[in-house]
Amino acid sequence: MFDSQFLIKILLVGVFLFFSFVVIVPGRGSRHLAVRRLLLLAVFALGIFAVVFPSVTSELAEFVGVGRGTDLVLYALVVVFVGNSLFTAGRFRHHERDITRLARSLAIARAPHPETGRDDPH
Amino acid sequence: MSPLSDQTWVVVPLYNEESVIGSVVRGLIDTFPHVVCVDDGSTDGSAAAAEEAGAVVVRHPVNLGAGAATRTGLDYALQDSRAQYFVTFDADGQHQLADAVAMTERLAEGDLDILIGSRFLDDRTKPGTIKRVVLRTAVLFERLSTGIRLTDAHCGLRVLNRNAAEKIEILQNRFAHATELVSEIGRHDLRYAEHPVHVLYTDYSRSKGQSVWNSVNVLSDLFVK
Repeated sequence: MFDSQFLIKILLVGVFLFFSFVVIVPGRGSRHLAVRRLLLLAVFALGIFAVVFPSVTSELAEFVGVGRGTDLVLYALVVVFVGNSLFTAGRFRHHERDITRLARSLAIARAPHPETGRDDPH
Repeated sequence: MSPLSDQTWVVVPLYNEESVIGSVVRGLIDTFPHVVCVDDGSTDGSAAAAEEAGAVVVRHPVNLGAGAATRTGLDYALQDSRAQYFVTFDADGQHQLADAVAMTERLAEGDLDILIGSRFLDDRTKPGTIKRVVLRTAVLFERLSTGIRLTDAHCGLRVLNRNAAEKIEILQNRFAHATELVSEIGRHDLRYAEHPVHVLYTDYSRSKGQSVWNSVNVLSDLFVK
């Protein structure tokens, strides 16, 4: 547990705990979207940084207890992939909810009004 | 004041039940003249059979799930300004007309917002052992998560008054809508009670019913927002 890789373990476990928290706690749509966009920007920035200063990834990897920079990038990729999957799933649920509302109003609009069959309309 | 039957709408979520829906509607319509079947994108002749038997059919353009169909039916019936009571009734013929009548009369006494059928208040209903265990577990889970004490978590036979029908949101389109309905009772502080019902498990309803695997789907639907 408390070995040389302690730091990276904390980082990865922390990130995944954060993901499960984000998924379970219902958030407001705008905040989710903003978080998503900021994270995407951060991924771009880190990518550019890693391309321009390739040695930095290795130094960073050594600092958090991972052997090579490549491994660190792989971990980061897994984190980004899982995060993206979760956000996409959340977005999909929102779409489903919207489609339900749309289909419902369409279905009701197409059906005869429930009072039309009444004997004595008021 | 018009008689009880004229103030009541029966909401039947309908999905591919062509062989039984006709007789289910015909069984209801003499007692409850206002029956709405919400056809949830059936691929067989369910909608036509329901219409022929005398029900109003509201058609979802795509399949959305039983929870969504129930909410659509309630929204439809709420347009009728004279409707006071809303019965949800399964399309597969497992529910009894007599139970629906007794429950509507009970709700009309006016001291409750919603009456939920329970298969476990007496020993008329005979589910299999596994089904019993799954349903009991669901009940326990509901008590813990919603604080509402019911003996039967997933009975489709319910009667709602106008207040309950307007307030209860059903966002879970599919598996978890019955549990969501229970948590809505808690959220809106609705006055609720249970009513013993007899559910007929025929080979037909068993073949269409929720499998034990669905309990996994229910749980994940509830937890993942």
